[in-house]
Amino acid sequence: MSAPAPSMFTPAAKATAEKLGLKMGRANLEEFAATLEELAKANPNIIAVTSDSRGSGKLAPFGKALPKQIVEVGIAEQNLVGITAGLAACGKKAFGVSPSCFLTARSLEQIKNDVCYSDVPAVLVGISSGTSYGALGTTHHSLHDLAVLRAINNLSIIVPADNFESRQTILAAAKATKPVFVRFGKASMYNLHKPETKFEVGKAITLREGNDVAFIANGETVVHAVLAATHLAERGIQSRVLSIHTVKPLDTEAILKAGRECKAVVTVEEHMVNGGLGEAVASTLLQAGACKPFRIVGIPDEETVPGAQADIFRHYGISMEGLSETALKLLK
Amino acid sequence: MTNHDLQIKACALRRAMLRLIVNAGAGHTGGGLSCLDILNVLYNRVLNVSPQTAASPTRDRYVQSKGHCVEALYAVLADRGFFPASDLDTVCHYQSHYVGHPTRHIPGVEMNTGALGHGLPICIGMALAGKMDSANYRVFTLLGDGELAEGSNWEAGLAAAHYKLDNLVAILDHNTLQITGHTRDVMSNEPLDEKWRAFGWEVRSVNGHDYAALTKALTEPSPGKPLFVIANTVKGKGVSFMENVAKWHHGVPSEAELKQALAELDAAEAKLKEAQ
Repeated sequence: MSAPAPSMFTPAAKATAEKLGLKMGRANLEEFAATLEELAKANPNIIAVTSDSRGSGKLAPFGKALPKQIVEVGIAEQNLVGITAGLAACGKKAFGVSPSCFLTARSLEQIKNDVCYSDVPAVLVGISSGTSYGALGTTHHSLHDLAVLRAINNLSIIVPADNFESRQTILAAAKATKPVFVRFGKASMYNLHKPETKFEVGKAITLREGNDVAFIANGETVVHAVLAATHLAERGIQSRVLSIHTVKPLDTEAILKAGRECKAVVTVEEHMVNGGLGEAVASTLLQAGACKPFRIVGIPDEETVPGAQADIFRHYGISMEGLSETALKLLK
Repeated sequence: MTNHDLQIKACALRRAMLRLIVNAGAGHTGGGLSCLDILNVLYNRVLNVSPQTAASPTRDRYVQSKGHCVEALYAVLADRGFFPASDLDTVCHYQSHYVGHPTRHIPGVEMNTGALGHGLPICIGMALAGKMDSANYRVFTLLGDGELAEGSNWEAGLAAAHYKLDNLVAILDHNTLQITGHTRDVMSNEPLDEKWRAFGWEVRSVNGHDYAALTKALTEPSPGKPLFVIANTVKGKGVSFMENVAKWHHGVPSEAELKQALAELDAAEAKLKEAQ
């Protein structure tokens, strides 16, 4: 019998979400799969490539509906990326879909050379990323992926926060003429955006305005920043919340604006603190001379604490309560 | 172009390759000489591609998985008119796109290669795309002996047979030497014919310097199966003191060695012409 999955949100955090009127959506991964299937039905050139990963990627319905538009390579991630690149080089809009932990480690060289250096418009989709696999342990976590991919030229890196951003990302990736990497988690996500929100690759979305502290976050951590901002507002602290869905190219304008206008900056990511969003933001601020009290909240450089994703988030302070405390300490 | 014409052309191509390696101050001389006849027959007889059709969706594709032997490819592509021969003077020079491995900056090059074990998976993607589009093009890749130790080749070996890619041809430049020495001593990989056959491929073993044999092996269809051509070659082929000597893997000839090599190739060409 498996242990019951702990909740990602404390009762207080749930109450805050309710007060904000946030509605729980589906997993970003499910949104991705549904969007891709919808696009592929209209465009036979869209091909999904999987490494025995159609189940984890929520692409089983895609496979059933469009059997000629899915290529199964078996558990062979290097082959998955090479084949995706070859398809893309011959005019296919190929989406290589595999758990981010394997995709961005085992086949990193294929990403670097076959996709990015060869400059083919392939889309690589890292599924069940970050600590989504929770208690399965470090083999299944991808806390290195953004760091290694940031160091590769010619790759857009997108980490959507909610269903809206996930859908918009796939719509954009399907039209991209350059390589794209997208990272999805598998937990159900609160919907954070209104449908009319403008989404543009490389442009941060401001979810809340405020000048005391700026939370700069991406992926499944953004909701916790939103809740922390609300929590802090009840204590008279006004927070700015940026969803930096695109890690590369980075929206340096929004980051600098936040860094210059706010008294402190907290970055939040489901990634090791080395080389991810936080260090990218720090580099942007420091090189522009915008030096403010600053903290990177993420997974520290240690063997990740065992537990479910919710346990891991809570342990490292990626929660309404944890982020509020970090901000308060910085503002002291 | 007859087999005899190709043999004569090969002398000129070997000279061009050696000159550009000396000018570049770097290069993979031994492997370039071993695979040159394969490239010669591909670009001048087998591949349905030319400078005029280099962007055609129905062109045949060639991806050089053993990218380090790019100098032979440069010599053949220049001769075939994909770019001016004078470009070869810039190989490995500052700000020249003619770097030491193939890149798509160079007309005629399909994919950037150089890290080993990448060509075959890429070609599977290309071959699958061709099948999906019911296009008639074929996809070719060239592998090296040492390269076969990369596990990605064997992942690809499974996939190509699984998808019955009879529009895919992998050619092994089987010179049996790699940088450290004999492949059998570094990491033995024989019997290659049995291995690839067991994976579900059609396997043909030929003399990789025999144009008639290469042509037959590369053009006869292999219905329902990908084709693996073991081209038995001599590393350093055509230059007496380079043949079967591992140190010429990436040895660059001195001026004196170049002079001797060119003289040998001139003599070989003259002999071929006499026999005409």
